[in-house]
Formats: sequence, structure tokens, C-alpha cells
Amino acid sequence: MEFPILSLMLAVPLIGAIACLFLPAGTARMVALVATLINLLLGAWLWVDYDIGGAQWQFVERAEIFAGFSYALGIDGIALMLIMLSVFLMPICILASWEGIKKRVGEYMSAFLLMEVLMIGVFASQDLFLFYIFFEAGLIPMFLIIGVWGGDNRIYASYKFFLYTLLGSVLMLIAMLWMVNEAGTTDIPTLMQFEFSSNAQTWLWLAFFASFAVKMPMWPVHTWLPDAHVQAPTAGSVILAGVLLKLGGYGFIRFSLPMFPDASAQFAWFVLALSMVAVIYTSLVALVQADMKKLIAYSSVAHMAIVTAGLFAFNVQGIEGAMMVMLGHGLVSGALFLCVGVIYDRLHTREIARYGGLSTNMPRYAVFFLLFTMASIGLPGTSNFIGEFLALAGVYEVSTAVTLVLTTGIILGAAYMLYLYRRVAFGTQVNEDAARMSDINVREWAMLAPIAAAVLWMGVYPESFLAPMRQDISALEARIARVAPDFDSDLTIGEPREHAANYMAGEANGEGAH
Amino acid sequence: MHPIIAIVFLPLIAAIVAGLANKAVPSVFAKAITTGALFISCALSWPIFLGFVGGTAETSVIPVLQWVQSGSLDFDWALRVDTLTAVMLVVITTVSALVHLYSWGYMDEDPDQPRFFAYLSLFTFAMLMLVTADNLVQMFFGWEGVGLASYLLIGFWFKKPSANAAAIKAFVVNRVGDLGFMLGIFGTFWVFGTVSIPEILEAAPSMSGSSIGFLGMRVQTMDVLCILLFIGAMGKSAQLGLHTWLPDAMEGPTPVSALIHAATMVTAGVFMVCRLSPMFEAAPVALGVVTFIGAATCIFAATVGTTQWDIKRVIAYSTCSQLGYMFFAAGVGAYGAAMFHLFTHAFFKALLFLGAGSVIHAMHHEQDMRYYGALRKEIPLTFWAMLAGTLAITGVGVYHLGLGFAGFWSKDAIIEVAFARGTELGMFAFWMGVFAALLTSFYSWRLMFLTFWGKPRWADSEHIQHAVHHGHDEPEDHNPAAQEDAGHDVRHDVPSPNYNAGTGGYHPHESPLTMLIPLGLLSIGAVLAGQFFAPAFLDSAAFWNGSIFYNEPLIHAMHAVPYLVKYAAFIVMLLGLAIAWFAYIKNTSIPGKAVEQLGPVYRFLYSKWYFDELYHYLFVVPAFWLGRQFWKLGDIGTIDRFGPNGVAWIVEKGSVGARKFQTGYLYSYALVMLLGLVAAITWVLF
Repeated sequence: MEFPILSLMLAVPLIGAIACLFLPAGTARMVALVATLINLLLGAWLWVDYDIGGAQWQFVERAEIFAGFSYALGIDGIALMLIMLSVFLMPICILASWEGIKKRVGEYMSAFLLMEVLMIGVFASQDLFLFYIFFEAGLIPMFLIIGVWGGDNRIYASYKFFLYTLLGSVLMLIAMLWMVNEAGTTDIPTLMQFEFSSNAQTWLWLAFFASFAVKMPMWPVHTWLPDAHVQAPTAGSVILAGVLLKLGGYGFIRFSLPMFPDASAQFAWFVLALSMVAVIYTSLVALVQADMKKLIAYSSVAHMAIVTAGLFAFNVQGIEGAMMVMLGHGLVSGALFLCVGVIYDRLHTREIARYGGLSTNMPRYAVFFLLFTMASIGLPGTSNFIGEFLALAGVYEVSTAVTLVLTTGIILGAAYMLYLYRRVAFGTQVNEDAARMSDINVREWAMLAPIAAAVLWMGVYPESFLAPMRQDISALEARIARVAPDFDSDLTIGEPREHAANYMAGEANGEGAH
Repeated sequence: MHPIIAIVFLPLIAAIVAGLANKAVPSVFAKAITTGALFISCALSWPIFLGFVGGTAETSVIPVLQWVQSGSLDFDWALRVDTLTAVMLVVITTVSALVHLYSWGYMDEDPDQPRFFAYLSLFTFAMLMLVTADNLVQMFFGWEGVGLASYLLIGFWFKKPSANAAAIKAFVVNRVGDLGFMLGIFGTFWVFGTVSIPEILEAAPSMSGSSIGFLGMRVQTMDVLCILLFIGAMGKSAQLGLHTWLPDAMEGPTPVSALIHAATMVTAGVFMVCRLSPMFEAAPVALGVVTFIGAATCIFAATVGTTQWDIKRVIAYSTCSQLGYMFFAAGVGAYGAAMFHLFTHAFFKALLFLGAGSVIHAMHHEQDMRYYGALRKEIPLTFWAMLAGTLAITGVGVYHLGLGFAGFWSKDAIIEVAFARGTELGMFAFWMGVFAALLTSFYSWRLMFLTFWGKPRWADSEHIQHAVHHGHDEPEDHNPAAQEDAGHDVRHDVPSPNYNAGTGGYHPHESPLTMLIPLGLLSIGAVLAGQFFAPAFLDSAAFWNGSIFYNEPLIHAMHAVPYLVKYAAFIVMLLGLAIAWFAYIKNTSIPGKAVEQLGPVYRFLYSKWYFDELYHYLFVVPAFWLGRQFWKLGDIGTIDRFGPNGVAWIVEKGSVGARKFQTGYLYSYALVMLLGLVAAITWVLF
């Protein structure tokens, strides 16, 4: 058996999490940082070692426990990329909490490390029940982070978070029980090839959808997200936007599409319709927000709608685009929440109107904020463009009308993000305390610069990220292509015209030069 | 290594270095490195261009880096060099290098010079990426890159609310165009299975008879694709409907207006239509739309230009109008003429803007022409440069002598070719073009007469008063360029001999050499560019070498139009000059009377046909209103009320057990999860 690197990536933060519980604040911070950095290195090793074009499932580990329930890990390219996203954001989150968190530091760091364990676990699980444990338990540290270290209204926020998630997870569990009973295995790769009857698929799809739609979040079950973001501490928001919102999309790719292709096709228009509503609705709501975090939270819902639409386009561009949006959005919205956190730490308010003219006293901050704003708008050369472009190109092959509606998101996105940037960074310095704030320090620079580099890398040379996923996505496409919905832009080749539009018969030559 | 690599990437490197160094080193470092990079790029570009003029150069594509490969959608970073690119290369690098140099003088007192020069170079890089694109997506990259640079430069003085508003407006209105561009790219990929420009152009004619579904309708494939792409061009090139951002963009520093909003970026739409000309030639309806929009913009902007008081806004509307000429030239099939006008326009319009900047510099940042007058003697070099620009834009030249300024060669060719095309739309464009030429002559000479002739009317200008009373060394005067102000929309009347007369004790000063040298060089271009390059651009299929659709019979027909048509532009040019002279020199009471007589018409024109107001109430206000409704009534009033809050209410009113459930939800959650798992295992086991 090869070296159990995935188990090691689970063990390192787990040991760190236990240690942090018993350590004083200063040491706990350092332990957490070291543990997450080790995991980042392990992640890099994982990526380098990943054999592109090799076996679909790599780094497989399996230990039977009982009754078919087994400790089974293994990743494909899709999971690899999401694990990379998680381990990349984690040290940044620890840095972001370095000074902001003052009470119960050990427990806080412990909660974060535990969350890292569970997130890697979700993406690496190959057993249905193992996945379920990681998937649901991952929310417990998040509850704690919002509920203990959150803002003034944290109880309401975490209550809402809980309520939405509970409904979905109960239904998903019931569906899983039925599936295991029917297929006789808990092995995810086997289930991905299993043909459930078309009638059963419908119910199973809906049960999983209840869980994933909330996690995504899709309109209209999105209202927990703005509250959770507003109340969560900065690092909590980063992980929430960066990784937890990707669980829904990952669920669609791993479960809904390959396991229930018929039902997915049946509900494709339902998903596309919700996505269209979400883009317009939440973008307009983002436009009128006075709270920075709420604005970015609503923009997340709009971006995630591009993901769902891309996934349910049933073609390679759509799914690859959806994955790239997930990765890009994970970086960019995480970075935007960090940008909010930087100034929140100084002024302790998220109200946009309390800032203004920050380009004057915080020029370096303004540059980073601008870069991430532009990336969020989907400027070519940044990560989000690749994803949005591919996803929308994929959707176009299904429906021009849906594409038209979704693409208006690029106009509205520009409007609300630039309007935000203008009110925060441009204009005169109307608030004295905001004008006195100092520019970013080395720690903050170390949080933002790596994300900025990754955003540009993904925009200029996305091949690094597309290549590991290519084979898995084409395998998925091959499985679902047969049920792909009819497209509305079908081409009818006609007889070409004889002449170009401005054809003129050649006649006598003119009389020389003009 | 092909020189194109250096041409494109030197400005990027310079922008990054200058931007990162920013204020850590003296600003002369940023200025020197960016300007130096641009002059090198410029020096490398001219040999490429002259190679194509001489017929020795060959089309080449230099691969740079793999970009995206997703299924069958596959595109890379690559630099394409052909005749069309070469034309744009010299335009971009020449104007950009001169604007960099000019900014040494113009921005001299600004504390943020490194940032300014970094933005300028970044813009140049993006523009070069646009014109060297070998596939539609890289073109879109450049397209958005110049949009970003334009946004940053319009809002360069970010403390001014009007500059910030203008910057956002420019970006968002352009995004409306980009919506069309993106849908066009998607559709093109869907139809042709590629986004590579040469492959699309090769396959385009064979698709001219096919139809496609779009938004539930059956439409002609090529027409819908070209119209979508043209919507993108309309945004970037400020054509009627999506033009509203361009006049506001004058909030940016004047060198920016010269480079981005006159010579290069706004011509990107024209470039796109020419680059895709074989595709548009397969789409007759789309070409009709291009012709109509171009002609309509041409006349619309010219009418508005006749009423504006802000010197930069007059030139901005003039730019909008000249872009209209380029588009209808392309629409009737004379892509060479469109590109030729783009080429000459770049020189004389950059000259006019930089000349206006020099006037503004001399008048202490006053931009309102009502406070100018009699500057001919005060700033003679600027005057001569502006005169060269005016002679060029109004198209002074005599057909039978074969002599003329740059605009004569290109604009007259466009008017003739529209006539020669002979279709109804062609004739519409012809008449609009002739009438716009009259207005062009009128507003250009109006600008010249108000600025350089008559008596000084400087005394009432706040900027002049400020300069006279505070002198130049006052601390609050440290950043005078930032006082540049587009639009005093206070007075609606016109100057009379008795109104705000006098110098107010102010002495305008001629600009420094760094500003005068670019003016001089661009003057040479404005005078000679047409004379020199007309044979190549208009008459030589060999020069274009397949890089655009070259319509030989149309060009022959153009040369064969009646003499009256050939002289039409010349005649209306003289007419416009005469009216302007009569109204602003001979009898200056005429404009006031005309405004009184034609009150509603004047107000309609002065208010720019009320497009801004219309869009404000049609789009901006409803967007914010809807956003508020969705948020308050949708999210809070409906979803939350009946969702989580409703459940909470039921739970609270419910049993004691449920109350416990609510308070200890975290533990309950873990419990539910565990119980579920136990149930699962039990079910599987037994």
C-alpha cells in the first residue's frame, strides 16, 4: 500500500486541533499556523504526485470497518482541486484571526483545524456514510465559530444556518439509506456507475437537492448566508465563502449528476430557472446593501447561480466552467472578506458609509481591493473570467435565453462591485477615523498577496487547474450526455449566398487616384 | 525573437515596475521607464508597418502561452501581426508615446504621477493585446483590459465625485456592450466550433445562408452573430444608444482623453468590425445595422457638438461623430476607408485634444470656452497646432490639385464611397455624412473662434480669478490639475461683446516643450498622413494582403462618382466655416438670437437629446427600486418570515420539549446526525 498521504492530511490538523485545546493563546496560534502550513505542503505534494491522465481514483486507502461501512479515501482531479483550495485558504484564515480573536483562542484555533479535517474528509471520502459524517459534522465547528466568536446577532444567524441545513440533511440521510439498501454498497465510485430506476432517481435527486441547494445556496433558500456572513468573524466568512459554499456544487458533481442522470435531466430546467432568478434577484439586492459583508454575501449567491447553471448544461464547458467558478469564487470572495476584515479590524464597522477615500491613506490596500473587485466582476486575466466564460459558453449550447439572462449578471456585477469600491476607496475622506487608518501591515500583506497571485495565475494559465480535472469531467460528461436536454439554438445549414453583402459587379475602372 | 513580443510586453513590464515602485522612488523614475518603453515600442512598430506598406512583410502569428482548453473550446495567448494589426500598432504606440511625453508637462504638478504613468502604460499593453488577438477571447481580454484602464484613468482624480461617477458609468455602459460581445462569442463558438479568428473568417461565407435558433426565434445565423458582436463594438466605440459614457469620460485628465477616448480605445469597435469583415460580409442585415447606427451617430453627435461650451466635450462629441463615419464606411463595405479614417483621425484628434489640454493648461484649468477668447497671440504655438488639427478634421483639400490635409483624404473617401455604394442605406449615410461634415466644420471653427479670436473674456472665470488672486505657489494650489472640471452647466446664454469681457489681469502662458513637441509631431501627422498613405489604404489590395475584406469594384465606383459628390464635402466645409465666422466673429449677437428663436431645439441639443435622463429613469432608478423591493419584501418579508422565523415562531409556541430543542440546537443537531447514522447502520446490518 502506498503512503497514506490523505490520512496524514486528516491527522495533522486533528492532532493540532486537540493540542490547541490545551495550549495558551500564543502557542495555540503558532501550532495552528504550523499545522495548516504542513497541510499546505502535503497538499502541494499531493498535487505534484497526482498522475494527470492516470487512474480515475488515486491515493486510495481503504479499511473495512463493518457491514460494508468502510474508512475509504481517494481522490479524483475534482476533489484534488477542492482540497487544494481548502489547504490554501486555511493558513490565511489562521493569519486573519491572529489579532482579531482575543477570547478563547485555543478553542477557536481548534475549531478551525477541526474544520480543515472535516473539509478534506468530505472531498476525500469514498464511502457514502463517511462522506455524510464529514459533510454534516463540518457544520458543527462553523456553528461554534459563528455562535461563540460572532457578532452581536450571532445566535439568530447560527439558528438560521442550523434550521436550513437540518431539513436538507435529514432528507439526504434518508435517501442515502435507501440507496445503500438498493445498491448493496456504500462505495461512492460504485454508486456513481449504478443505474437506479428512473422513478427512484426522481425522489433521490430531490432529497439530495434539498441538502445541496441550501449549501450552495440557491435562491430561495439563500437567506441564511447573508446573516451567517455578517455575524461570522472574518476567517469564518472566508471559509464559509471559500470552501463551505463549494460543498453544494461538489455534491451535484459527485452525487446528483452521475448517480441520478435521468432525474438531473428532468429537473435541469428547474435548476436553470432558479439560477436565472438568483442572478437577477440577488444582484439587485446586492446593489442596495449598506453593509459590506451582506453585499459580498449576496454577490456570492449570484456567482453560485452561474455554477448551478453550468453544471446543468450537461456539457464539458459548462461543468469545467462551474468548477473554475467554484475555485475562482473561493479565492476571490475569500479575499474580499479578508479585505473587509482588514478595515473592520481597524474601525469595527461593516457599514460602507463609515469609510471612504481609503485610496489616500491605504494605497496598498486599495490596490488589492481593486484587484479582487475586478476579479469578482470577471475581468479577463483573472480566475473568475475563465469560469464564467466557460460556464456561460456551456449554457449557450442549451439555451440562448438562459444565457442572455445569466450574462446580465456581468453588467449588474460590475455595477454593485464598482459602486462598493467607489464608496469605500474613492471619494474624499469624509470620516476622520477612517482617514486615520494605517495601510496594511506585513501580516495582512501575507494574507492577500498569495491569493492575488493565485487569482492571476488561474486567469492567465488556467491549464494548471483544468488539466487534473479534464479526464474526470469528460467521464462525467460521457455518463450524462445521453440525457442532455435539447438545445434551442440548433443550426440549419442553408445554401450560402452567391455574393458578399456589399458585392458590386466589377465594371469599368475609375479614373485613377482619388 | 519577433519584435512584436517586445512591442506588446514592454509597456506591461513598465506599468508593473512603475506601479509597484510608485512613490518609493522619485516620480521621474516611473515617468522615464514608462515613456522609454513606449518610445522603444513605437520605434519597433514603424518598421513593421512600413514593411507592410512596402509589401515586404508577411503575416505571422507568434504563440505565447497556452490559455484554455475545455472540450472542443480551445484558445491560446498568441500575437498576430498582419497589415490590419500593423496599422493599429503604429497608431497606438505613436500616440501613446507622445501622450506619455506630453504628460511630463501636463501632469507636472500632480502628486500621483507614477500611478498615472503606470495606468497609461497598462492601457497601452491591453490595447496592443486587443489588436494582436488571433482569437475572439484574447480580443475580449484586450477589450476588457482597456476598459479597466479607462475606468482607472477617468477616475484618476478619485476625490472628485463626478470623476468617480463617470468612471463607473463608462465601465457599466461598456459592460452592456460586452453582454452582446460575449453572446456573440458563444454563438460563434457554437456555430463554427472554434473561436480562432482566421478559421471563423474562412468558414463564414459558407454559413451565409443558414439559420439558427435565438431566444426562441429562427434567425439568419450570420446576421445574429454579427449584430451581437456589433453591440460590443457600439459600447466601446460610443455609438448611438451606448454613447452616453464618452462625454462624461472627459472627467479624466486631458492626455487620457487624447489617447484613450479619441485615438485608440474608442476605435476598437471599428477595428473589430474590420478584423471580422469577411464575417460581416456574410451578414447583410447586420451590415445594414452597422451603416444605420454609424450614420445616425455621426449626425447625432455632430448636432450636440454644436451647442456645448466645454472645450473637451465639443471634441468628445466630435470623436463620437467621426466614429460614426468609420462605422458607416465599414457598413457599406469600404473597410479600407474606415481604417484609413481611423488612422488619420488618431493623429488629428489626439492633436486637437492635446491642443485643448495646452489651452486648458494656459487658462489655469478653465475648460469653458465662454471664458476664453483672443488666445491666438498669447499661445501662438498651441494655436498653430490646433489650426492644423482643425484644417485636418474639417477636411480641407482640393480634389483637382490632389492636395489636402489628413481628414480630406479619409473623410471625403467615406462620403464618396457611401454614395458609390448606391443602396438606400448608402444614400442615407451619404446625406448624413455630408450634413455632419457641415456641422463638423461649424463646431470646429466655432471652437477655434471662441478660443483664439475675439476679445478676452477671462475675467469672470473662477479658475482665472483663483490663479490671479492666489498666484501659483499657494499650498492649496498644489494639485491644480485636479481642478480640471468638465462642465459649468450654469449659464445657457452665449458670449456677447459686453459680457464678462477683459483679461482680469491674467497672463496665459505657453506650455513647456514636453507638451509642445508632441503637438508638433502630431501636427505633421495631421497635415501629411492622408497625402502619404491614401494610395496604400484606399487603393491597394496588396497592402491589405487579405487582412480585411477588400472590395475592389466598390473602390473603382468610389473613384468614379460625379464631381459634385467629390466636392460636396468641400462645399459644406466652406459653408460651415462661413457660418461660424459670421456668428462668432462678424456678428456675435447671432448665436444668442438663434438660441432664442430655436429655444426647444437648442435645449434638446444642449441636453444631448436627453439620453442621460431617459436612461436614469429607465434603468438606474428601477434597478435600485427593484433591489430594495426584493430585499425588503422578498428576502425579509416573505422568505425569512415564512421560512426560519415562521418555524421559530411555531417552535416557540409549541411544546416545552421543542423549546429545549431550540435552545440547545447545536447538541440536538449532533444528536440527530448521530441517531441518523445509527439508524443507517442498523438498517444495513439487519
